[in-house]
Amino acid sequence: MDGGVRAGGSERPAEGRTPPRTPTPAQTPATPRTPYAEPLRDAVRAEWTKLWTLPGTWPLLGALVVLTVALGAGAAASVSYHPGTDAAKVCLTGVQLGQIVAAVLGGAVIAGEHATGMVRCTFAAMPRRGTVLAAKAVVLTAAVLPAAAVAVGGGLLSGRLLLPAAARPALSPTDGSVLRAAAGSVLYLVLIALLALGTAAVVRDAGAATGTVLALLFLFPITSALVDNPHWQRHLQQLGPATAGLAVQTTAPMALRTQPIGPWAGLGVLACWAGAALLGAVAVLRARDV
Amino acid sequence: MNDFLLTVRAEWTKLRTVRGWVLALVVALVVPVVIGLTSVNGSRSGGCPGAEVCGPPTGPGGEAVTDAFTFVHRSLGPHGSLTARITGLTGQRPRIPGSGGGGAPVPQAWAKAGVMVKEDTEQGAAYAAVMVTGGHGVRMQSDFTHDTAAPKAGTSSTAASSAGAHSDAASAAAPPTAAAPRWLRLTRAGSTLTGATSPDGTHWTTIGTATLPGLPATAQAGLFTTSPEHTEVDRHALGESATSGPTRATATFDRVTLSGAATANSTESGGLWRTTVIGADPVTAAFSASSQRSTPAGESFTVSGSGDIAPAVGGRAFGARSVEDGLVGTFAGLLVLVVVGSSFVTAEYRRGLIRGTLAAQPRRGRLLAAKALVVAAAAFAVGLVAAALSLKLTASRLHAKGVYVLPAATGAEVRVVVGTALLLALAAVLALGAGILLRRGAGAVTAVAAAVVLPYILAISGALPVAGADWVLRVTPAAAFAVQQTTVRYSQVAGVYAPSDGYFPLAPWAGMAVLCGWTVLVVGAAYAVLRRRDA
Repeated sequence: MDGGVRAGGSERPAEGRTPPRTPTPAQTPATPRTPYAEPLRDAVRAEWTKLWTLPGTWPLLGALVVLTVALGAGAAASVSYHPGTDAAKVCLTGVQLGQIVAAVLGGAVIAGEHATGMVRCTFAAMPRRGTVLAAKAVVLTAAVLPAAAVAVGGGLLSGRLLLPAAARPALSPTDGSVLRAAAGSVLYLVLIALLALGTAAVVRDAGAATGTVLALLFLFPITSALVDNPHWQRHLQQLGPATAGLAVQTTAPMALRTQPIGPWAGLGVLACWAGAALLGAVAVLRARDV
Repeated sequence: MNDFLLTVRAEWTKLRTVRGWVLALVVALVVPVVIGLTSVNGSRSGGCPGAEVCGPPTGPGGEAVTDAFTFVHRSLGPHGSLTARITGLTGQRPRIPGSGGGGAPVPQAWAKAGVMVKEDTEQGAAYAAVMVTGGHGVRMQSDFTHDTAAPKAGTSSTAASSAGAHSDAASAAAPPTAAAPRWLRLTRAGSTLTGATSPDGTHWTTIGTATLPGLPATAQAGLFTTSPEHTEVDRHALGESATSGPTRATATFDRVTLSGAATANSTESGGLWRTTVIGADPVTAAFSASSQRSTPAGESFTVSGSGDIAPAVGGRAFGARSVEDGLVGTFAGLLVLVVVGSSFVTAEYRRGLIRGTLAAQPRRGRLLAAKALVVAAAAFAVGLVAAALSLKLTASRLHAKGVYVLPAATGAEVRVVVGTALLLALAAVLALGAGILLRRGAGAVTAVAAAVVLPYILAISGALPVAGADWVLRVTPAAAFAVQQTTVRYSQVAGVYAPSDGYFPLAPWAGMAVLCGWTVLVVGAAYAVLRRRDA
């Protein structure tokens, strides 16, 4: 984006100083609107239109909500509750399934364009590739955030309905740790979508991108389950995007003390993964011809 | 048919000329091996690096066994029999911190006491035994893995009402008491041992016979008692953990008669009966063994023991590893091959090449068969090499680290490697079918990954309770991972048989059949759609 901004900066004053030659009433706004005056805003507007005119977006967001709530409700109905149970974590189990949908959506936002060749148009209209990616990230966040919030809220609500009454206090929305678990889970889903966006921008194929992100998510839990050295286990869980990121869901004080990474630090690890994927994507997009 | 071979050749040419797919096949070969080695490197070092003999004793069949009990025995010649009456079996368990413990003297369900003929007093030596158990009635067991329940005593009395029969069955499973004692007899004829039981010492029912090849002329015959660990499964937030502790059982024997004893040596002329505590480990030794000969006349004994006489189960929980632990990385190879399998057709839809393909081979069934054959063959070859390499490399690495690996038969190892390759091939074909149905790479990869890999991960990482994990591994395509199991589940051994310990609910090939069923279903649907649809 930095290089692009400099180019735009040299361009903008030149365009701005030349007034329209033949002003018609309709074309004389108070401040003349010029191309690239607000590159990010224009790109976001374009991406917003693209996202909501695709047939897959609504079904995917719907699936995100339904699957997350359904698995959470299933977990809440099947768990045998006792006072040590981490009620919030149980209701939010559905995020395990919802993250897959978030990853698919994140990948589709850019790989879909590569599949159809639309990406050439996009880059012709907006040559600043960092800006395009930033716009896609903004639009993706704006789409996933509310859906994830609904899904997480639904999961907690199902827990309140399905878990025994004794679990209610542990699910109170005024409780600080429950709020943290809920907000953290929403952010978790958004970050997974962004991780998938970055990955898909690099590999340019929705299938391969989904496979890569899923492998990344599954690798650490499986490996740490089979490693019996507690030292390695801890490190693997601190490093994995899924294992570290989901630490934010823990509300039981006992588990909070013993889990390998703190709640927000864990989400930070996931944010680093997503950030690295997006930065890598910017570097690759700028170096590569479409 | 020549036409079909040409199509296969065309598809093979496509596969090997797309750089991304070739690269993916290499990744699918390398990554599982790397993950397997990483997980092994991350495991704890064992107690005996480089040693040949390490870990638990092995039984006559070569399997790892637990062999710990209290044995009151005499030498027995090639022909003879040992009879005893048991008038009580009680149990006791120490107080486990944080749980009940102590309490009523109820024996463990698989606490055992009875008469036994054993090759010698070494751990893992061949044996045959007739026993009463804490909750599973009278049984005859031999050489650790064989187990026969006594026939129902009440079957002859057909006049008994159903309620009476029920109470008979209940009392048959319960341990004997002074009021309802139980007679046991073991008869030796060469290397054949016959077990029998009786409620009164006159009417005997034969339970079964066992052949112990190579049983020496002089074996040890005697009374034994043992009691396995008590395990408490704790169910917490979507997971389970087990705590266990040693227990002790005490049995009272009387009317013990031994015929055909080996001629008494001068060395054992004093006390003919000797007590040996077999396989006591330091933890349980202080707690377990004691035996006394309570009354001087009439040959009656009280024998207490702790441990188990059974094949070793529990895999990872038991501190040992099994050979299939080296195949952790299978799921990563599977994901890559799923991507290849689905994009092998979705890429054609994306680029429009499918029109050319269908113009060249208008018989859509043949095209589908050719594509499936090429993808399956490539995945099978990659899977075979990756699995064999992972198994070999991790086994030698574990050996170097001195970690005990549960022995597995060569046949089982071959089955694991071939089965893993087959699992990958079927998953790739499943992905191909899903790719045709959905025509979208991302959708197909997600659907197959969510159906195959996600259930497996949720089950083995302990995220699901055991019942849920078992159910998931029965119905989803992930059931096929059962083909990697080399550990054996024994109904006569108390243990936590959880997927997270490497125990799958289905038999190896039954699990594979589930995946086969799903693959046939999806490929069939893909065939129907492919025929009906215009490209």
